[in-house]
Amino acid sequence: MSNILIQNGRVIDPSQQMDRVTNLLIADGRIAAYDAEPNGQDTTIDASGKIVSPGLIDMHVHLREPGSEEDETVETGTAAALAGGFTSIACAPNTDPPIDSQGTVEFIQGQAARADNCNVFVIACVSKNREGKELAEIGQLVEAGAVAFTDDGDPISSPELMRRAFEYCLMFDKPVLNHAEIRELTERGVMHEGLTSLILGLPAMPVAAEDVMVSRDIALAEATGGRYHLMHVSTGNSVDAVRRAKRRGVRVTTEVCPHHFTLTDESLRSFDSNFKMNPPLRGAGHVKGCIDGLIDGTIDAIVTDHAPHAKEKKMQELDRAPFGIVGLETSLGLVVTKLIEPGHLDWSDALARMTCNPARILHLEKGTLQIGADADVTIIDPTVRWTVDPGRFRSKSTNTPFAGWELTGRAEVVIVGGRIKFDRR
Amino acid sequence: MLITDTIDVGPVPQAWTRRHLLGLEELSAEEITLILDKAMIFKQAISEGKRKIPLLPGKTCVNLFFENSTRTKTSFSLAARRLGADTVDFSSSTSSLSKGETFIDTAKNIEAMGIDVVIMRHRTPGTPKLLAQNIDVPVINAGDGPHEHPTQGLLDIMTIRERRGTVEGLTVALVGDIAHSRTARSNIWGLKKLGAHVIVCGPSTLVSPRWAEIDVEYSYSLDDVLPRVDVLNLLRIQFERQFSRPFPSVREYAHLYAMNRERLAKTKDDILIMAPGPINRGVEVTPDVADGAHSAILEQVTNGVAVRMAVLWLLVGPRNM
Repeated sequence: MSNILIQNGRVIDPSQQMDRVTNLLIADGRIAAYDAEPNGQDTTIDASGKIVSPGLIDMHVHLREPGSEEDETVETGTAAALAGGFTSIACAPNTDPPIDSQGTVEFIQGQAARADNCNVFVIACVSKNREGKELAEIGQLVEAGAVAFTDDGDPISSPELMRRAFEYCLMFDKPVLNHAEIRELTERGVMHEGLTSLILGLPAMPVAAEDVMVSRDIALAEATGGRYHLMHVSTGNSVDAVRRAKRRGVRVTTEVCPHHFTLTDESLRSFDSNFKMNPPLRGAGHVKGCIDGLIDGTIDAIVTDHAPHAKEKKMQELDRAPFGIVGLETSLGLVVTKLIEPGHLDWSDALARMTCNPARILHLEKGTLQIGADADVTIIDPTVRWTVDPGRFRSKSTNTPFAGWELTGRAEVVIVGGRIKFDRR
Repeated sequence: MLITDTIDVGPVPQAWTRRHLLGLEELSAEEITLILDKAMIFKQAISEGKRKIPLLPGKTCVNLFFENSTRTKTSFSLAARRLGADTVDFSSSTSSLSKGETFIDTAKNIEAMGIDVVIMRHRTPGTPKLLAQNIDVPVINAGDGPHEHPTQGLLDIMTIRERRGTVEGLTVALVGDIAHSRTARSNIWGLKKLGAHVIVCGPSTLVSPRWAEIDVEYSYSLDDVLPRVDVLNLLRIQFERQFSRPFPSVREYAHLYAMNRERLAKTKDDILIMAPGPINRGVEVTPDVADGAHSAILEQVTNGVAVRMAVLWLLVGPRNM
């Protein structure tokens, strides 16, 4: 493995509060030195005008394999991740069969090794067969390498199961991730309940469906001491509930998706199913609530909830089309265009949500450029203007609401474990 | 013997530029008035005994109904045939669509057979719009879930205009299951554009306060609004669209909202009572009121054919190029 010298880049590493122009040397797959000089032997990358970041981490991705390989595979999903600048992703267990056994965890790990794109960490089911009834064999799943537990795709509806999950995962110091939704309040819903749903006559999902379960989960985390991670927060009220819980010392973290700080429910006026996701696109006040939560640090991570669906499934009547959009290849551009350019976050605060923060939540030894760390590095062109063209996605699916959008900022070179895995130059 | 009559309506006016009729929200007051004016001409001709007005010879209209309908489909078919067009029915409940075939595939198949206009009903809001984006012939929305039913809105407004001379300045109450009613939404847009004051009235589980955000008055008390309304449009309770029961019993609903003789006594003398039907007699309206002098329910049905003739002619009829 040859050494790589990244020259003259602006290294921004929130894990070390570092923001300076330097030469970064990668040797033997690890971060070896700063301020290094070229010695003639190394592969050199001119990063002048570029940002050198710890490899981006997306802790909420649906890879669809096994079971729905027509939507995505581990290979295509990890290729999309690289193109989006991600060196590590964590994949959700709502596959078929679901990831609730050592065998399925090892299958994903094997597929990821064969694809040899980015690092893949496995999030396993909280409940056996993801049925929401009894705990999966969490101890053995941890031994197989599962980094966290969720029944995502579905909420953990039973408060008793949620309590048990918090208690049991304490033994392994693993977080329980939940999709917060009281299903009885969202039955048949396809969009956010508001003026737009009223005018369009579409069955709707009230904000309270999320807020009620978030409050429940915070109470259960507080009572058990468990580690609670709220997935894809979408309402201002839930952001505020997390904010207050953190102040009390409850062990709660949360994440937000780019579409929830970018789009509102009014997009559904197009009746385009690429605007149908769960949680749904909310009103402008909730978008602001999510941005405020990012600004004040309540929201720890930015994730994509990358949810590929083959065209024949997604391009249906709104009530039949499945929830979800792809996100890996647009996330960084949306963060730059919608959070950094308008001045909501600076580069360091934004990158923290995509590097060291998710690493901390999942206890990954990733997301840092400290000497000796795995050489996972993303070199970002922070000023390039580009147009989202789903036809060029590496993902197998193209279900994005951002087709045709002009975005700023894109990953240019992606290095995983000291090897250049993606190079747009 | 076939009786054929012609009337002189000229070519489709230049002012009409729409390719589809998907809803009344997107139409201007001028466009709505144009449709209603043409509908009056057709109604007049029909009332003079002209049963065949061959303005659309050789044209083929497809009724693409993914949801059950008898009255609307019959009304459209009659309108098409009176204009000399052929009609073809394609009816399919959702469950019988074979798995994997989308409604767009179905529509493209029918389009490939050579047709001139698709009249579509579907349980899901927005589906006619998606269809219009995917095929090359005009689409008429004959009801998309609780979203819009533009020809129903037009025929209701035509009935009001005919009876009262104008719509502007009138107070019109839509009563009942506003939440699930496409008729309510099309009426709201059309009536507001023509200058009426619209009240939506019904149980609080079916009437959102958010209507006020688009300048529609809402009320939970029919008795309170009765003295100041000029027109009552009594909407059917759409039990089939309700996921959870929004009121305790039909009996309680009728107690609070059924239009009966006692309530009729509280209204203005010239109150106009309409119902888009099919009505649940005894629930939304009692038979004596439905069949009484203030009722325009059957006139609505007559106007429905005329409105649909006007819409078909505007979308498919001959244009001066």
